[in-house]
Amino acid sequence: MSSRDTDWDGVRLHVVTGKGGTGKTTVAAALALALAADGRKVLLVEVEGRQGIAQVFDLPPLPYEERRVAVAPGGGDVYALAVDPEEAMLEYLEMFYGMRRAGRALSKMGIVDFATTIAPGFRDVLVTGKTTEAVRRKGKDGRRIYDAVVLDAPPTGRIVRFLNVTNEVAGLARVGPIKNHADLVSGVVASPETAVHFVTLLEEMPVQETLDGITELRGAGLPAGGVFTNMVRTSGLPEAALDAAAAGRFDPMELALGLKAAGLADGDPNAAALAEALAQEISEHARRTELERQERVSLDAAGRPRYELPLLPDGVDLAGLYELAESIRAQGAA
Amino acid sequence: MRGSGSDSGSMVKNVPVLDLDAIIDDPGTRIIVCCGSGGVGKTTTAAALGLRAAERGRHAVVLTVDPARRLAQSMGLSELDNTPRPVAGVTGEGTLHAMMLDMKRTFDEIIEAHADPERARQILTNPFYQSLSSSFSGTQEYMAMEKLGQLRRSGEWDLIIVDTPPSRSALDFLDAPERLGRFLDGRFIRMLTAPAKAGGRSAFKLLNAGFGLVAGAMTKLLGAQVLKDLQTFVSALDAVFGGFRARAEQTYRLLQAPGTAFVVVAAPERDAMREASYFVERLADERMPLAGLVVNRVHLPTAGGLSAARSAAAAEDLEARGEHELTAAALRLHAGRMQLAAREQRQQEHFASAHPTVPMAQVPAMPADVHDLEGLRRVGALLAAQ
Repeated sequence: MSSRDTDWDGVRLHVVTGKGGTGKTTVAAALALALAADGRKVLLVEVEGRQGIAQVFDLPPLPYEERRVAVAPGGGDVYALAVDPEEAMLEYLEMFYGMRRAGRALSKMGIVDFATTIAPGFRDVLVTGKTTEAVRRKGKDGRRIYDAVVLDAPPTGRIVRFLNVTNEVAGLARVGPIKNHADLVSGVVASPETAVHFVTLLEEMPVQETLDGITELRGAGLPAGGVFTNMVRTSGLPEAALDAAAAGRFDPMELALGLKAAGLADGDPNAAALAEALAQEISEHARRTELERQERVSLDAAGRPRYELPLLPDGVDLAGLYELAESIRAQGAA
Repeated sequence: MRGSGSDSGSMVKNVPVLDLDAIIDDPGTRIIVCCGSGGVGKTTTAAALGLRAAERGRHAVVLTVDPARRLAQSMGLSELDNTPRPVAGVTGEGTLHAMMLDMKRTFDEIIEAHADPERARQILTNPFYQSLSSSFSGTQEYMAMEKLGQLRRSGEWDLIIVDTPPSRSALDFLDAPERLGRFLDGRFIRMLTAPAKAGGRSAFKLLNAGFGLVAGAMTKLLGAQVLKDLQTFVSALDAVFGGFRARAEQTYRLLQAPGTAFVVVAAPERDAMREASYFVERLADERMPLAGLVVNRVHLPTAGGLSAARSAAAAEDLEARGEHELTAAALRLHAGRMQLAAREQRQQEHFASAHPTVPMAQVPAMPADVHDLEGLRRVGALLAAQ
């Protein structure tokens, strides 16, 4: 176990949420890799039946079974589990009530299908229950099996309902086994052992959803974690050039000289045309940079630790995932 | 439909062009359904199409499920009241209305329409109904379908544009009639409704040993009170659901009819394009009329076709010589942009090779979100200008 200080020491359950299209699953996977670095053991859980983890790690679909999917930098293992609510229910019945046959009968009658239709709260209790069980699970030596569990959770718009299981089932079950189970889940989810992280892009809509999500989370007494701003594009352009471009005062002359020096332009008119086109890109970039700056200000007002992850120009492949994991570690998020 | 866009370097090769103006101008088009995974700009596409259709003379209504606040404001929607509201500032002969779906109210109205007051009260106050009617998964799809059917039957609009819920399976609404059918005909429902039908005797006395096993499990799992609530709810709903189901089936057939056009919306990224493929195949399976694919947020190649490789090499050269730092940085920026454009192009070509007959339209990435009618108008123009 590393003795490095990180921002989330003591956190065992990392819940990762984000608006669709922000790269939630990718960030969850990279965070799991980062947390597993230097010989630790981390479980990455998905709950929406999308097989997103398998896709990110370039593996065939995952069964309902904890299996090793990656080796972390410096040694350490990432295990993955795709939770299927139906299987989770059967396991639950067997584990707590010794009801194996009855469970099969329930399942054959389409009761899980029924339960998810009529009361999605039940479904959420089953999948969060499975996740928190993995968090609490101990080996023979009395130590936790997993150093950390990372949950690739439902999107921001649904996260509080998803995690606030006690509340969700309270109207349905005031007493009884489901209520007890939900209370057990809440005991983990609402504790300092849990952090709910948000993945966002530096764009208006996802930033707004993130801020709303943080507020809603706080209102429900759930622990807000960090904010991962994903797919951040950087450039080596000097501040002064960007300011000039944003103000429409950028002079492409210098670019034209540089293009000629680099042998990219045939004669002056060609250099000027190319410089003009590049200047256009610079001013577009400057405009976006300015908008991104405003979005960062809005995010920082929420007072959560913030981490920036780069846009991978070739898309997310396995190498890119390790690059993101390194970046997460370098910023102290793991 | 025009041929492939050979005049533009940005287009995916040999793919038919999606002519959205032809679709919205055709008076035969009565319903446009925008579907796609979350975060691809589906609602913006729906709103922009609605505005464009209205400004080209249609009487259009946009039914949206969960719009971002700013987008709702851009159409002048400030309240979630389940009623189509006129959008001000539309030019030309046509009209535009917009509404946000209030899932719970739509559901309440169905119950009130199909049940006598006493039974309706029983249902509306049941804890299971409250969970079901305000939850996000599943119900939203049913209610969007129901609302679409209502708007169509009202005959007040000649074009309805609906944006599907941002669920994992945005096509869940296609399953609504079938799932309802399974729900109602299932042995489980019959078991739960048994006591009501048997004059209030114990739920499971009449049932065989197999059911006894299940009943025991249910009681253990849910507790007796929950089971009782559930039974009351299901019995009360039994009568209501018949009509609900018939309407869901009617709406399903409406979607298959020639007056409907499905527009699949995606962003040029792996996951979104994969979901788009799934939607296209699923729509074909269900014999739903697919108009084509809209790819939002596309980064087009720029700067006279200077390639990523040449640009990066030149930047490297300048950096090595320690000259023209600004130009080197600009070339790096350009190389990154071209790399992104190339990757997005590959994603689209990948889709096109799997679905060569699906028409496509591209909308370039814009630096800022849409805030007003003018912004929607611009998106509409870009959608049409293929």
